[in-house]
Amino acid sequence: MLLILLALAVPAYAVSNPAEMLTNPALEQRAEQVGRQLRCLVCQNESIEDSNADLARDLRQIVRARIAQGDTDDAVQAWVVARYGDFVRLRPPFNALTAVLWASPVLAVLGGLGAALWSRRQSEAPVPLSDEEQARLQALTRS
Amino acid sequence: MIDRRRVLLLAPFGVAAVAGAGFYATLGRMRTGDFDPHEVPSQLIGKPVPAFGVPAQEPGQGFTSLELRGPLLLNFFASWCVPCVVEHPELMALSRGGLPVWGVAYKDQPAAASNFLARHGNPYARLGRDAGGTVAIDFGLYGVPESYLIDRQGVVRWRNPGPLTPAIVDGRLRPALRALS
Repeated sequence: MLLILLALAVPAYAVSNPAEMLTNPALEQRAEQVGRQLRCLVCQNESIEDSNADLARDLRQIVRARIAQGDTDDAVQAWVVARYGDFVRLRPPFNALTAVLWASPVLAVLGGLGAALWSRRQSEAPVPLSDEEQARLQALTRS
Repeated sequence: MIDRRRVLLLAPFGVAAVAGAGFYATLGRMRTGDFDPHEVPSQLIGKPVPAFGVPAQEPGQGFTSLELRGPLLLNFFASWCVPCVVEHPELMALSRGGLPVWGVAYKDQPAAASNFLARHGNPYARLGRDAGGTVAIDFGLYGVPESYLIDRQGVVRWRNPGPLTPAIVDGRLRPALRALS
C-alpha cells in the first residue's frame, strides 16, 4: 500500500493542486520557469509558483493557458508585465530606471578604490620639517 | 590634520542622523496612510481602460469598457473583504456628492454581494460582477478594494489600491478630479 502511494506521489512542486498542472511535462516545465520569475503581488517576496494566494493561483493558470496555446516564454512574461509593471519580475530588467540598481556594485567598488587612493595620496607627501624642527632633530640625534 | 580627523570622526554620525531622520519621516507617513511600501504603481495611468464587459450583479446593470466614460470612479469590491466595509461610507458620500461610482463585484457570490449592498447601502450607478477575477487582472489589480478614476475619454487618471479614506479622498481623489476639468 505504502509503495503504491509512493509511486503515485507527485513531486512537491509549489503548485499545490496537481489539477493545475499542464499534462504535457515539457510545457509544464516551461510554465514553472516563467512562473518562478514572476512576483506574487500579494506576498511580494514569493514567486507565483511558491505562493498560495488566490491571485498567484489565477496568474499561474493564465501563464499555463498562454503557454498551452503556444505563446513564447517572453510573450507570457510581457503579458503579465504589461498589467503589473516591471516590479512583477523577480529579476528586474536593465533599463533607465534600474540602471543605478544594476550599476551599484561597480559604483561601490569604484567609490571605495577612489577613497583609498585619495587617502593614500593625502598621506604620501609628508610636510618637510621646518628649520626649527630640523635644528631640534639634530640636537636630539647628536646627544 | 586635526580637522581631517574630526571630519572622519563626525561623518558617520552625520550619515546616521540623516538616515534616521529619513526613516522617522517614512514611518510617520506609513502611520498616516500617506505611504505604503507595498504599493505597486498602476500601469494604466494615462491609458484607456482595457477592453472588457461585466455581466449584471443585482441590484445593478452590467457594463462594458465602451460605456466607461467619466468622470466616474470604478470600484472593485467584494462582500468578503473587510477593508471594503471600511471604505463603503466614502463611496456612499462620493455618489451622493455627484461623482458616479461604478462597481465590480470581485470573485463574489451574487447573493452575498447584493446582501452586502442591502446592508451597507448601494453607491453604484452601474454594477457588474467579475466572478473569475480576469477583468481585475487586466486592470493590474492585486487586492480589493481598488478604485480607478476614469475621465471623459475612458482614460484612467488615478488609481488607489486599498480602501478610500477621508484623507485619500480629500488629499488625492479630489485634486485628481479637479485636474480633469
